[in-house]
Amino acid sequence: MTITSIIERCQALYDDLDLGYVKEWKAAGTDRKAVGYLPTYIPRELLWAAGCLPVGIVGGGDQLEIVKGDACFQSYICHLPRSVVELGLSGRLDCLDGMLFPATCDVIRNLSGIWKLYFPDKYVKYFDIPHNYDSAIGGEFYEDHLREILGEIELLSGHQVTDDELRDAIVLYNENRRLADAVYELRAKEPWRVPATDCYLLMRAGLVLAPDEHCAMLREYLELVRLEDRPLRDNARVLVVGAFCEQPPIDLVRALEYAGCYVVEDDFLLINRWLGDTTAETGEPIRALSEAYLKTPAETSSRYVDDDGRKGRYLVDLVRKSGAEGVVFAAPSFCDPALLDRPMLQAALDAEGIGHTAFKYSENTGQLQPIREQAGTFADTIKLWGTV
Amino acid sequence: MSTKVIKEESMVKQKEMIADHFKKLARAKAEGKKVVYTFVPGNLTELLLAFDCLAVHPEINALQSGMRKKSGEYIAEAERAGHSEDVCTYVKCDIGMLMKGNIGPTGEELPEPDLLLLSYTGCYTFMKWFELLRERYNCPTVMIQVPYQGDGEITPKMVEYVTRQLREVLVPKLEEVTGKKLDEARLQELLASSARSEENLVHVLESAKHRPSPIDAYFGGVYYIGPLFTSFRGTPEAEEYYQMAADEVDQRVAAGLGPVTPEGQLENERFRLVVEGPPNWTHFREFWKMFYDAGAVIVASTYTKVGGTYDRGFRHDPARPWETLAEYCLGCYTNLNLPDRVDMIADYVRDYHADGFLINSVKSCNSFSAGQLVILRHVEEKCGKPGAFIESDLVDPRYFSPSNIKNRLESYFQMLAQRKGQEVTA
Repeated sequence: MTITSIIERCQALYDDLDLGYVKEWKAAGTDRKAVGYLPTYIPRELLWAAGCLPVGIVGGGDQLEIVKGDACFQSYICHLPRSVVELGLSGRLDCLDGMLFPATCDVIRNLSGIWKLYFPDKYVKYFDIPHNYDSAIGGEFYEDHLREILGEIELLSGHQVTDDELRDAIVLYNENRRLADAVYELRAKEPWRVPATDCYLLMRAGLVLAPDEHCAMLREYLELVRLEDRPLRDNARVLVVGAFCEQPPIDLVRALEYAGCYVVEDDFLLINRWLGDTTAETGEPIRALSEAYLKTPAETSSRYVDDDGRKGRYLVDLVRKSGAEGVVFAAPSFCDPALLDRPMLQAALDAEGIGHTAFKYSENTGQLQPIREQAGTFADTIKLWGTV
Repeated sequence: MSTKVIKEESMVKQKEMIADHFKKLARAKAEGKKVVYTFVPGNLTELLLAFDCLAVHPEINALQSGMRKKSGEYIAEAERAGHSEDVCTYVKCDIGMLMKGNIGPTGEELPEPDLLLLSYTGCYTFMKWFELLRERYNCPTVMIQVPYQGDGEITPKMVEYVTRQLREVLVPKLEEVTGKKLDEARLQELLASSARSEENLVHVLESAKHRPSPIDAYFGGVYYIGPLFTSFRGTPEAEEYYQMAADEVDQRVAAGLGPVTPEGQLENERFRLVVEGPPNWTHFREFWKMFYDAGAVIVASTYTKVGGTYDRGFRHDPARPWETLAEYCLGCYTNLNLPDRVDMIADYVRDYHADGFLINSVKSCNSFSAGQLVILRHVEEKCGKPGAFIESDLVDPRYFSPSNIKNRLESYFQMLAQRKGQEVTA
């Protein structure tokens, strides 16, 4: 394998809206099931332990003509749900035996209801995350919810999950997130080695590949990329935030680099790194999943930040940790979580003297020149004056 | 068309009640009253009253600003401060109003909160809204998470989760903020009073099953739900108001009268409609007149259920004070899943003998709006009656296009008239 062949494989998975890999994976064993999930977070360990392949669904990007999906949503609703509906109604998601819709925003929440109406024979579940982080209150609710979902997945897969199987899945996903973190850490340290598009495609592959296969891919990439001699450019180091749900087209990610930015941190496809490797690998596994979620310091817009005055602190810390010189707020149009959060995050950055710029996109944005110019100006400003 | 302005006694009373509430708020700090900002869906009025707290509802501030033609200016102020043009205009209107001095509808400044009570019921934006307000006020925030009815049911675990948050998080915080211990017997009295008001509210809403309907359950419904959805549930004033409203409705039914509107009494009920979605507040009267002119009366609406689905049987139960508060929050319309919303609208069309239904899709509210086009098709399939779809906004005057909306409504009414074999006169 070479880096090129790894990235080509990732690109092929990215391009395959028909989920060929999922069909092959299911065909390779008897009674294998696959369950889709929307951004931002679901505990994939539950699915994997029950013998189901977790499949991240993040829309059709800029590759899909939307016809039926547009008939379901008004012009002021973001683009993701219309392309997800298009994928569903065009039969591209038929290989999925169920869908999980996490509590990311009202649109994804309501999409769970649309799925129930359009696909009454499929397993459809709204996944409620806790916003009370007390183990005895929010934790108890969340553990019950996880057990409820696990029970339903067991019925779907026909496989009763043991605690050991669930702990094995936790170990595997901890390793997966550790490796994903390692790619990000290397990129933050030596961004010329790991182009933003490589990193993005590697993470995107994690939405569809079986976790053990994805781990092997990440390990191989990390070994090979250290041997690769890539030119160092005089780019500005930026952190991209706001793109945790509807994804920008890959060309937009590329455009940021062409504009003179090294993306040293981002919140694309958070599920690959969310919670890190903090889930306890011993003890009661449902409790371990619950505690990992409750106690993580990680923030994203769909997660309530408790009343202790730390809103935006996580972003500032991430800027410091990644060595970013500025922040690019890249949010999908009409994305309530990202856009409502933005003024608060900007205020936290302003208080620390961290520069930022902001633009909006949709998953099928085709006109990238204005974004490239804006990012280029931002990068030049950082390079010329060291601040914005 | 009547030219005389008609106002029923209950309308005058509810206006006085709400104005009086804002006056109390203006005096709150001077009188040592504690003020709690909270939301209408899932509001815990009885619990707040048990602690003698006064409530401020930011959505009510925003809609009042919309009706007073102030919202455009407030929204622009918030957008200048960096808030996106894409997001909820209730939030921007409220923040803009705050930036402009937080002047309430009576022209007096609203007091700052002693507590932000974030009842996270069926609207994601609520969470961000109070995170935003929290940045501007030096007071604690309590988050009460109300699980969504994703599977169309309220489970005992959901009730327990909300109950525990109320008892173990909110009550201790209210005791700390107010310096008072909770008197549970008083809470129970307040809940019993609420149930009596709710009984009469349902009586009023269900009167629209009569022909002609004595009420308009959408535009007029705003008056009927006002006291219960704001700060009066559990009070003698609310009981008196709802008894008065129920008696007036009975009289109108007996006399065969149509609803009272700002244009006068509707004399000739031609169309009976169910409406899904909140109203537009910036052009409330103009919007209502479009229906009045066509002889259309709204016999049931979903918007009037955001603060409780009493017509589906819910009543506050003083015998189970904590569970009943939890069930109330869990049952609000915005916490229902889409299949339940479809069923509810189709049931309304059938039970209220409606000719069709209308969806007013507001740009600001993803909780309501995302999926409404799917709701439209499924309700049509389910009830066999035609639906119409219009778009506006809650309080952003830029998104209310009278001619577009009027054109759509007129076409819809013509179609309904043809189906009913009537001559088109609208």
